[in-house]
Amino acid sequence: MQQSNTYIIVYSAVLTIILGLLLSGSAQVLGPWQQEAIALDKKKQILGAVISAEEIAAMTPEQVNAFYSSRISSTVVDVTGNEITKEGVSAEKVEIAKDYKKPAEERAYPVFIFHAEGKPDQVESYIFPMYGAGLWDAIWGYLALDTDMNTIGGITLAHAAETPGLGARITEAKVQDRYVGKKIFDESGALVTVMMQKGEGKEYGDDAHKVDGMSGATITGNGVNNMLKAYMGNYEAYIKAKSTPKAVVAAL
Amino acid sequence: MSTETLEKELVVKAAEPLLSKRRRKLVTDPLIDDNPITVQVLGICSSLAVTTQMQPTLVMAISVIFVVALSNYVISLMRNTIPARVRIIVQLAVVATLVTIVSEILKAFAYDMYKELSVFIGLIITNCIVMGRLEAFAMGNKPYDSMLDGLGSALGYAWIILTVAFFRELWGSGAVFGVPVFEYVSSWFGPDFSLATNGLMVTPVGAFIILGLIVWVQRTKTGYVEH
Repeated sequence: MQQSNTYIIVYSAVLTIILGLLLSGSAQVLGPWQQEAIALDKKKQILGAVISAEEIAAMTPEQVNAFYSSRISSTVVDVTGNEITKEGVSAEKVEIAKDYKKPAEERAYPVFIFHAEGKPDQVESYIFPMYGAGLWDAIWGYLALDTDMNTIGGITLAHAAETPGLGARITEAKVQDRYVGKKIFDESGALVTVMMQKGEGKEYGDDAHKVDGMSGATITGNGVNNMLKAYMGNYEAYIKAKSTPKAVVAAL
Repeated sequence: MSTETLEKELVVKAAEPLLSKRRRKLVTDPLIDDNPITVQVLGICSSLAVTTQMQPTLVMAISVIFVVALSNYVISLMRNTIPARVRIIVQLAVVATLVTIVSEILKAFAYDMYKELSVFIGLIITNCIVMGRLEAFAMGNKPYDSMLDGLGSALGYAWIILTVAFFRELWGSGAVFGVPVFEYVSSWFGPDFSLATNGLMVTPVGAFIILGLIVWVQRTKTGYVEH
């Protein structure tokens, strides 16, 4: 009987239904916690552009949420640098990955603004989300610009499926720290961003637009370069509008 | 090798103690003498991939213990109803369900670990240890015994990957469970002294070397020879 086709088909069908119910049940039950974890992780990534990974690691989830809500405000702009003030648009809700599929002109661009402690009017840096392609899958990150709108204050990079030990190293503080202090505009004010070079172990201390590469992960490095270039280009209008005259003089 | 247990005729008496000698053997055998990694050479892929640091390795080990023990138990419960012709698919479906549940739980409560282990949790499905124990043991034995057998195999896997991870993290990153041991030790010898870490240990090559050393030491001690 157990070998009859009917038995096998019925058995498989029943098993599929039971296992399916189990899976959807667990997804349903765990859903709220997962959403919370994802939201928290996003906040950590945003904060990672302005404070060190150790500081974030030392914070409890509640502290991260409190720190985020007291120090970060946000806005959404379009590619021309104008704020989008439509109902229901908020920087936290913009899904960069989904927007990435639209043409650059139609996307919404969130900007996260980092304030000085206890002084909500005083801006310390602007944080721009980025999204692009690595070697195997998506890469994304957050770039913080100082108030001169030119100097990189920090960067967080993340990836979906880069090779561990090679391309996945973009998540390491050692790699991300190389960007700190670099500049995205050259002396004439043209957008050149920062390019990760091929090969590793060279010093680019005096070159404001180059950082040391990752050995064995040139394609991931190129992906980061393209992402930086594309997204800084998309934010250029906003960045230019925000840079104070004083900063322009300093840059010259 | 792994089919040994199939051939053993297991005689179960009515009131066998919960942890009789035979049952203890089910758990302890795979720890050394029939270790899934060092003797059966199964589950190598994940033991290379996740062992750069202790913490993710521990999470991986716990996940595997959960999946192997529970899938052995469930399949053993079902063993008399499973049609022989689709048994592998049935086993796979059960294992995949358990693995997905583990992955969902990690995503909810240990998101950082979930991100770090990412694909390797999903790949527990293809870990040969899981399917190997189901085919070789759970299909022919009672649920409780099968669970113990699964527990033993998973523990055998766990201690090996934890050992590999210990040395890889110590030599590769100079730390144990993220605690910077090298930094601490270096400070004993004055400010200019620092212990160097070895980048090779961070790559899968390092895992191969340490795994090879463990196999060597173990086989020297047990006298095990491949046939």
